[in-house]
Formats: sequence, structure tokens, C-alpha cells
Amino acid sequence: MSIFINNDTKLVVQGITGRDGSFHTKQMIEYGTKVVAGVTPGKGGQKFEDQVPIFNTVYDAVAATGANTSVIYVPPMGAADAIMEAVDAGVTTVVCITEGVPVLDMTKVYPFVKERGVRLVGPNCPGVISPGQAKVGIIPGRICIPGPVGVVSRSGTLTYEVVYQLTRAGIGQTTCVGIGGDPINGTNFIDCLEAFEKDPATKAVAMMGEIGGTDEQEAAKFVKEHMTKPVVGFIAGQTAPPGRRMGHAGAIISGSAGTAAEKIEAFKAAGIAVAVRPMDFVEHIKAGLQ
Amino acid sequence: MNIHEYQAKEILRGFGVPIPNGKVATTPAEAEAIAKEFGVAVMVKAQVHAGGRGKAGGVKFCKTPADAKEKATAILGMQIKGLTVEKVLVTVAADIGSEAYVGIIVDRQRKKPVFMVSAAGGIDIEQVAATTPEKILYLPVDTRYGLRGYEAMRMGFFLYSDVKLAKQAAKIMQQLYRAFMASGCSLAEINPLVATPAGELIAVDGKMVIDDNELDRHAEIEALRDVSSEAASEVDARNCNLTFIKLDGNVGCVVNGAGLAMATMDLVKYYGGEPANFLDIGGSSNPEKVVNALRIITADPNVKCILFNIFGGITRTDDVANGIVTATKANPLKVPIVIRLTGTNEEIAMKILTENGFSASADMDEAVIKAVELAKGGKAA
Repeated sequence: MSIFINNDTKLVVQGITGRDGSFHTKQMIEYGTKVVAGVTPGKGGQKFEDQVPIFNTVYDAVAATGANTSVIYVPPMGAADAIMEAVDAGVTTVVCITEGVPVLDMTKVYPFVKERGVRLVGPNCPGVISPGQAKVGIIPGRICIPGPVGVVSRSGTLTYEVVYQLTRAGIGQTTCVGIGGDPINGTNFIDCLEAFEKDPATKAVAMMGEIGGTDEQEAAKFVKEHMTKPVVGFIAGQTAPPGRRMGHAGAIISGSAGTAAEKIEAFKAAGIAVAVRPMDFVEHIKAGLQ
Repeated sequence: MNIHEYQAKEILRGFGVPIPNGKVATTPAEAEAIAKEFGVAVMVKAQVHAGGRGKAGGVKFCKTPADAKEKATAILGMQIKGLTVEKVLVTVAADIGSEAYVGIIVDRQRKKPVFMVSAAGGIDIEQVAATTPEKILYLPVDTRYGLRGYEAMRMGFFLYSDVKLAKQAAKIMQQLYRAFMASGCSLAEINPLVATPAGELIAVDGKMVIDDNELDRHAEIEALRDVSSEAASEVDARNCNLTFIKLDGNVGCVVNGAGLAMATMDLVKYYGGEPANFLDIGGSSNPEKVVNALRIITADPNVKCILFNIFGGITRTDDVANGIVTATKANPLKVPIVIRLTGTNEEIAMKILTENGFSASADMDEAVIKAVELAKGGKAA
């Protein structure tokens, strides 16, 4: 089992002929993901790599192929429209990889998506991978192996680091979700924790947060009240100065809120084992699985 | 991106918000001339990207042009939170009856812009929120529909019982909201919004913070950027499409990805070192980015060791390796370098590095420990 994507995922790629879109589509196909369609306005009727049909609109793609999931690689100023197009076309899951989407655009997209009951992951995220089943996004497939751990993170390469260390220790994953580093994103920690709690194959969860906002504190509260499975947590940005945006638009300590210390305290208070270093996940997860 | 008070006021004025007359001066003589032109009492206000300007002595009331010249002399060149004041705003002093706070901020929890208004204005709103939260009205706006008339009126009446003032305030809320949306703000603030004894509302101070992600569609706002208020190395990095923040330590860090970059800094600290910077070379790599990153980091005399931590996903590690080789050939390093590389094209990268006399590790902790030791002047194990 897994969450959000699996063997039944039928994927449409928005921006399939772009630089990032084409590169990662090849990787997703190589991984075994069922990529059933691509969308690039004006290139409808052509084929990507002689195998994936391209359509002018997501609506056409869904009508012709029954795609149920979309992944978005379009430039930032068009990303909000692309998300709403996918939702309107009837897919049930949308993963938006695009970085640099204006936050005010997301204030319009978020309620639009929620009102229609669609699962949006991102924007500004590495996507989702359910090892051995499907990969939607850019997480390198070869660092993952199937297994019992659910992984959720606000960061891209930090996710890779932790997954890599788990895999090296022989610990596999049910699903790895990068929820993205923006202030407003479609899926938060709680959405993933809730899904992992329900997924019978997931036996433990690794959660990587960072400075800024209060998502991790709320996640900690959720773990305490609703989770029976062990959760291991990590917070990046202990050395970050207040008031400076550390790369991610969401990673900024404003006023007294959003510090690493405050989040780590919340984790501890909720009974979440805290990994001080990324490598500490291995020991804590091993202990949790026993 | 932060813009100055005088720039924010210019934008707000364009949307109809009542703003007192004002002009910018860079010399005491200019400040005097502006005060003479206005012919009334003025405020001289330091223009720096820092809060607490008043407490720092950067905002002064001046009765006469000579007074304005004297106060401007004191304020220009002054340091406020490490920033040098290079400009002052000379603005007509308002006749203050009462002061209110009006702000809009994008709220992560509600996932909407939220108005915060309070009749307890002129002071730190965070303090009001902490001590007397009942004095603040929070009003989230659904940006699909915009600020509705009745919402603006509700805020107007929350601030003023007088109908005339409440209606004026409601109009200002609409103007502020339009300025906020049109400029791609993450924050816009009028503090204080002053009611004069004559019954007029006027925005005495204005602040705007722009979402960096909006700048591509707002060239007119990007043009307002004041590079003199930022560290030269950070300006340089931005021009090279790198995200760089200078810190006080001596281990120069080059990492791909913001989360891993923060985690690397934390690990440097964990093993007893101090990071010299945050530097994210971003997702799609090319050797040029690495060359620029090395140039910016080695310009900091505090840096005693350089640490690369690259986890190749989209980033090709061979690109990074080529960048390291190119950069160090052109400008030989004066400090040791520790390289950690793993992921996409790792074998090719390792070969490139070895052939050029570098060694690299695939383990993050091992590399960080070595870098911290070298920065302290010790030998690598």
C-alpha cells in the first residue's frame, strides 16, 4: 500500500515538452509510472518520445485517456492557472513542482482546489514517490526502496538525504511526499500524517520540517491526539537568523514565531522522537519499527 | 523584498490613500530646502529597512527649516540596526487627534490575506496582539471576490464611532487592499492612520513588503530595490541567481536546496563549527553557478574552509565538479575545500575531481566534521 499515488495512477504531465517537463517525464516512465498523456497548448496531436500522446488542454487529455493524476512543470506565472485547469478537468490528485509561484495566486487556488475535494501537493515541491509503484515529480527513484516507512518533508534535497540514509540502512518506504517550502501549499503535514496513519503498510513516519510558520507545531498536536504509529521528527534551520528568508519562501522566522527551538519543543511534548542530525533518523526509525 | 517608507507611500498615494506631502533628501541642505518649501512644521524620518526607527532616534519633529537641517545632519549617516541611513523623508507633520493601526498580511494558517485593524495604533502591533488581543479585529479576505463593501465598513466602524470617519476609513481599506494586490505584497501597513482634530484621516507611516515571487511581473517594483541597503555579496549572489545570506562564522557552505542547506549549517554547528553563510545553488546546475558561488564565498575573509554538500537529483554532480575545477584553476583557493557529492552522475563527478587533485566523500557527516576541523586550523583526519 501507499498514499496519494500507486499502481493505479494514470498520469498527465502539464508542460511535457518543456526543459524540466521532458527530462522528468522520461525518468518517470523509466521508473514504471503510467504516463498516459502530456499537455502543451499548440502541440496537440503530437507524441512525446513516440509514445505519449500530447493534447492542447488537460480537459482533452482526461477525456481521451482517463488520466486521474496531474503533474505540473509549467513556469511560475502560469502555475496557478495550470492547477485550476487540472482540477476543472476532473483529476483527483495534482502535484505542482513549479518553484516561485506568487503567494497571492495561491490564495485563489487553495479554496478552489479544496471546494472540489482534490488533493494538491505543492507548489515548489519535489513531488511524491511510492517506491516500486509510481513516481510523480522529481525525487530520484534509485535512492528509494519499498518498505514500511512513510516520509513527509517540506524540503527537496533534505528529503533525498534522509531517504538515502534510510535506504542505505536497508529501511524502505511506503511513500515519500515533499509537501513544498511555500507559505501556502495544498497538502500539509497533517494531511500526510492522517493518510499514513490509515495506510496499513506504513509502520512508522519520518517527518522533516523547517523554520517558519506553525505547521510543525500543529502536526505535533495531531500526532499526540490521533497517531498510533511512531513518528520521528527533524527541524532544519536551527542556525538561521530571524527575519531572513532561508531560500524557501516559507522559511523565515518572523517575530517570535517559527523558530527551530519552538518546533523541537512541540515535537518532544507530543512524544515525537527528535533526530538531531539527518543520520539519527536511522536509529530512531529502527527503534520505532520494533 | 522590502521597499522604503517613501516608496510605499508613493504607491499608496497612487491608489488614493491620503498621504501627507513629503520629499526625500540625501543632504541636510536638501532637507532644509524641502522644509522651507512646505512652510510648516515637518518630520525628518530615516529611510532604512529596519523597524524601531523612532526609538533609535531616526525620526524627529522639526519646527523650522533650520531645525530640519540640524536633525537631518544628525540622522543622515546614523546606524540603525547595522544599516547606514543614506536618505531621509521630509514630510509635513500631521496634527494628531487619534492613531489607529491598519495592516494586511498573508496569513499561512487561513491561507488568505488578513486585515488587522486596531484603534490602539502608533505602537508595536505585535505587543497589542500579545497583551490586549481584543483590541484587534482580524478580517480574512477571499481574494477571489476581493474586499467586500460591508467588510470594509465593518472595519471602519470597529475603528471609529463617528460615521464620517468610519466611511473614510472604509474607503482607505479598499485603497490599501487594491495597492496590496496590485503590487504583489506579502504585507502592507499604515501605522499610524491618524485622525486629525479637523476630522480627516491621513496615513502618516506606510510600509510594504513585496513577495519576491511577484517581481517577474512587477518590473516597476523591482526598480525600487535599494541595493545600498543590502550586503554587497548578497546583491552579487542574487544577480547570479544564487540564494546567499551572509553569517558570522568561518565555514563557507555551498549546498543545493534550501532544506539541505539549512541542515548542513546546523550540522556544522553541531560538530562545533560556525557557518559563514547560507548558500543555495538551486536545482538546475551549471558549472557557472558553482564558479560564482566560490567567488562570492572566498571574498569573505572570515572563511577558513569551504564545504560543498551536493545531493544530485536535478542537479548533476558532474556539473558541480566541473565548476569546482574551472573556478579553482582560474583563482587558486587560499583555503582548504571539503567536497561531499552524491547522486546523479556521481561516478563521473568523482573521476573529474580525482583527476584534478581533489578528493570527495559521499557521507555528509564525515565531510562536515572534516570542514569544521580544517576551519579551526586543524588537520583533516
